[in-house]
Amino acid sequence: MTGTNPTVAPSGPNGAPASPVPTSAPGGLVKSVVELDRVVIRLAGDSGDGMQLTGNRFTSETASFGNDLKTLPNFPAEIRAPTGTLPGVSSFQLQFADHDVMTPGDAPDVLVAMNPAALKANLAELPGGGLLILDSDEFTPRNLAKVGYATNPLEDGSLEGWQTVSVPLTSMTLDALADSGLGKKEAERSKNMFTLGLLSWMYHRPTEGTVRFLERQFRRKPEIAAANIAAFRAGYNYGETTEAFAVSYEIKPAPMKPGRYRNISGNQALALGLVAAGQRSGLPVFLGAYPITPASDILHELSRHKAFGVRTFQAEDEIAGIGAALGASFGGALGVTTTSGPGVALKAETIGLAVMTELPLVIVDVQRGGPSTGLPTKTEQSDLLQAMFGRNGEAPVPVIAPRSPGDCFDAAVEAARIALAYRTPVMLLSDGYLANGAEPWAIPDADSLPDLSGAVGFATEPNGEDGEFLPYLRDPETLARAWAIPGTAGMQHRIGGLEKADRTGNISYDPANHDFMTRTRQAKVDGIAATIPPTDVDDPDGDARVAVIGWGSTYGPIGAAARRIRSSGRKVAQIHLRHINPFPADLGEVLARYDRVICPEMNLGQLALLLRARYLVDVQSHTQVRGLPFRAAELAAVIQDAIDTVQPAAVTSAAVNGAPQ
Amino acid sequence: MTTVDIGMPDAPTPIDAAIARSLEQHGPKLTELKGKDLKTDQEVRWCPGCGDYVILNAVQSFLPSLGIAREDMVIVSGIGCSSRFPYYMNTYGMHSIHGRAPAIATGLAAARPDLSVWVVTGDGDALSIGGNHLIHALRRNVDMTILLFNNRIYGLTKGQYSPTSEVGKVTKSTPMGSLDHPFNPVSLAIGADATFVGRAMDSDRKGLTDVLRQAAEHKGTSLVEIYQNCNIFNDGAFELLKDPATGPMWTIPLRHGEPLVFGPDGASCVVRDDFGGLRVAETNQVDAGEIVVHDATRQDPSYAFALSRLSTQDLRYTPMGVFRKVEKPSYEAMMAEQLHEARLQGPGDLDALLAGGDTWTVD
Ligand SMILES: Cc1ncc(C[n+]2csc(CCOP(=O)(O)OP(=O)(O)O)c2C)c(N)n1
Ligand code: SF4
Ligand SMILES: [Mg+2]
Repeated sequence: MTGTNPTVAPSGPNGAPASPVPTSAPGGLVKSVVELDRVVIRLAGDSGDGMQLTGNRFTSETASFGNDLKTLPNFPAEIRAPTGTLPGVSSFQLQFADHDVMTPGDAPDVLVAMNPAALKANLAELPGGGLLILDSDEFTPRNLAKVGYATNPLEDGSLEGWQTVSVPLTSMTLDALADSGLGKKEAERSKNMFTLGLLSWMYHRPTEGTVRFLERQFRRKPEIAAANIAAFRAGYNYGETTEAFAVSYEIKPAPMKPGRYRNISGNQALALGLVAAGQRSGLPVFLGAYPITPASDILHELSRHKAFGVRTFQAEDEIAGIGAALGASFGGALGVTTTSGPGVALKAETIGLAVMTELPLVIVDVQRGGPSTGLPTKTEQSDLLQAMFGRNGEAPVPVIAPRSPGDCFDAAVEAARIALAYRTPVMLLSDGYLANGAEPWAIPDADSLPDLSGAVGFATEPNGEDGEFLPYLRDPETLARAWAIPGTAGMQHRIGGLEKADRTGNISYDPANHDFMTRTRQAKVDGIAATIPPTDVDDPDGDARVAVIGWGSTYGPIGAAARRIRSSGRKVAQIHLRHINPFPADLGEVLARYDRVICPEMNLGQLALLLRARYLVDVQSHTQVRGLPFRAAELAAVIQDAIDTVQPAAVTSAAVNGAPQ
Repeated sequence: MTTVDIGMPDAPTPIDAAIARSLEQHGPKLTELKGKDLKTDQEVRWCPGCGDYVILNAVQSFLPSLGIAREDMVIVSGIGCSSRFPYYMNTYGMHSIHGRAPAIATGLAAARPDLSVWVVTGDGDALSIGGNHLIHALRRNVDMTILLFNNRIYGLTKGQYSPTSEVGKVTKSTPMGSLDHPFNPVSLAIGADATFVGRAMDSDRKGLTDVLRQAAEHKGTSLVEIYQNCNIFNDGAFELLKDPATGPMWTIPLRHGEPLVFGPDGASCVVRDDFGGLRVAETNQVDAGEIVVHDATRQDPSYAFALSRLSTQDLRYTPMGVFRKVEKPSYEAMMAEQLHEARLQGPGDLDALLAGGDTWTVD
């Protein structure tokens, strides 16, 4: 029962029972400390309750303590849906552990519900016996009625299956801030910090970081900073002195490779990756973007890095965003545009122009639920085929995807590498889960990052036999065309969307030339496979008969499911794709090694379609579009089924559920 | 070595290096050009008699006088007959996609403030599919010159009515006459607070050259509407203004600092009207002091707008020349200034950026 609240069934690392260690708290109260190997906490409240901030702070404390972690923010698209209603519920889940974790956890061990709506929206996912912390002040007849509770769950016995601790969080916050000089409404806002203080006590989190953060955040409003810090401390002290919580928990730091770490979200990592790509190529970064959830934070982040020569341009729409980026690329900048699915749809024609003009361009699609406006704040992987094929004509575009928040950094550098070396637009597919989720990140040494300067190579001398410049003469290896930028004397040339004659780049309607150029553009993109690593296969013993293949953010849940499978004595290979176009050169051969290939995706089977078409492999597609990442247990069940069908004799009896993730 | 300030910290970028290398090979920049230096080997493919030829010739013969090297000029166009323009100019060029040239040029000009950036577009390209980009380029005031070839028709797609076609225009797509009201491109530009707005006639080499020169010298976005005859699908669209018999009657030449008097023997003039508007009057019916003296430099766009409203959709009372020319900081210059300011605190340190705020170390 690892991870479940231990006051009910105490357990230690790897599920071994641990006996509580009594400690003495001020006031003579005897409290015990229980060691856990991992915990999943979900904080839920009204959109206005500051749950995302609270979650992020708890995450930072946890990261700096040295646990491994993954987070899952989950919030409504409305900025402030009506207070106290179900659509207005915002939540933040994180799993942290003394070992490496791959997901934010299938279900919480601890649920903090700041009001009846948060309780109603989340209770079903809290397993029986789980710890439930409620703000009793908010369970008023009016708030209960808003979400259709006929009776008060605090009193009607309906919460008996859980370990419920109902605490007057609001009034205790007000008490703590009685002398702060703040009005009631303003003082009440600090209840999230009171809650954070309580949780920080419960899980032995370091507190200095939060105090520093609050001081920094409210440096222009010192009275607000002081109130939040006071509430935070009051919550902590409350935990220490109250009888309501008899136990606190210790989760030891996770062993990690030596190095310096920070906590990072996917969008942050992606933005930093783009800055790094600019620095490592020597080119100024130019971002053209139009705000859209969940990609806007990349625009926000990059706009703060002007000291690195990064130009950000908030355009009038997505078409202008990519147009400006392409114009900048024509001028020799590293053009980038960031958006989500609806924006990619608008950019399609310009991506085609970039394919035709063969200029470098990085297009970032932070995918969200679709079609149309869809689920703006929820995650999905349903733009893969749009990225691959969403243009008129034969318009091949390399596609790559990061696997975790921190990996967004490397993916951005890789996207820039391909774009520059091959003079092509590159599609980078992140998603809402990666964008907003966070994890500890080993800070790379700037000098150790790939050197992209060799990929630039602006042409400055005529390359034709007669001393003329041939903009469509290609590098024999990469097939990249010669790239001369305005300002370079003697190299004037015209490019555009009309078909180009080979070598000269003049307009050409010649049938044979069009056939040749179409195949050449395709060959150029296919040729990228020569510079990408072989398929990433995790098959510990090398004799698994079932493989699970994924791309993008399903890496974590698939990895967690694979662990469960392996700990039940079964064998499974995990194949993960960073490059989706082109696929790694050995992928077909790798897939052929397995009796069964399962492909879980947060869409209706888009990668599966590509794999089936390309390799004639009978891929078993497992799909889900709930706006949330897969649950490891659910994937484990699917994999187990496949393994037991392929190899019934070899089955061990152990169940896959409950094994460490 | 000359460095182009493209806003990068310390070391010269590959852009600087490429330009420096090319200067080493070619010697100093060649800024004394002849018209033929701007011609390309591409066969010009407009219909014989098309107004586009006249404009091309005018541009090719006037551009050298700006003293800008060929390699420092970039012409970006959209799609349409007019948008073929870059292929015939021996500068850098991009024939892009329908309506998007102002956006592409904005990125280029913002990333490379050292270049002379031009946009060539048509009435459909600029005002229909690209209307949004046009107004936003104008309000931003990015340093570039937009030449809008207005033939009041879709030429390339063979003759559908355009957003500048007169109401009731009979075309292939409007056999019973078009229903929508046309834009007046000059009014639209002034409404978007454009800092430079002018209008010229394809066949008027002198007038066209004069407006083009002022537009090119203007820092910020300049819009020049060029009336261009499409002899295939809308022949004679501007005949009222071109015909020596009627032209002077209906054309109001705009000369900065001079009274707005026009017509045969200066019979007509422009005077103030109610609500800050302007109207045409007979010169001999008004006091000389009532006649408006043209001032393109007024900050308030109302005057230039009122001027643009004098003309009707059948082109009577059409002002030609520079409507508005006001100083305002240009977008790319301000952007470069922000980058410069950010660097005063020291050039970016990538290691420090990657580390961010809170870090911890595992031994
Ligand atoms: C996205 C897109 N839609 C439609 C077209 C077809 N098209 C090409 S040019 C044009 C109109 C051009 O009119 P205008 O800008 O006035 O240029 P002109 O040919 O008159 O110079 C149209 C509709 C296109 N090329 N691209
Ligand atoms: S169709 Fe009209 S605008 Fe186009 S080239 Fe012919 S005459 Fe010129
Ligand atoms: Mg036209």
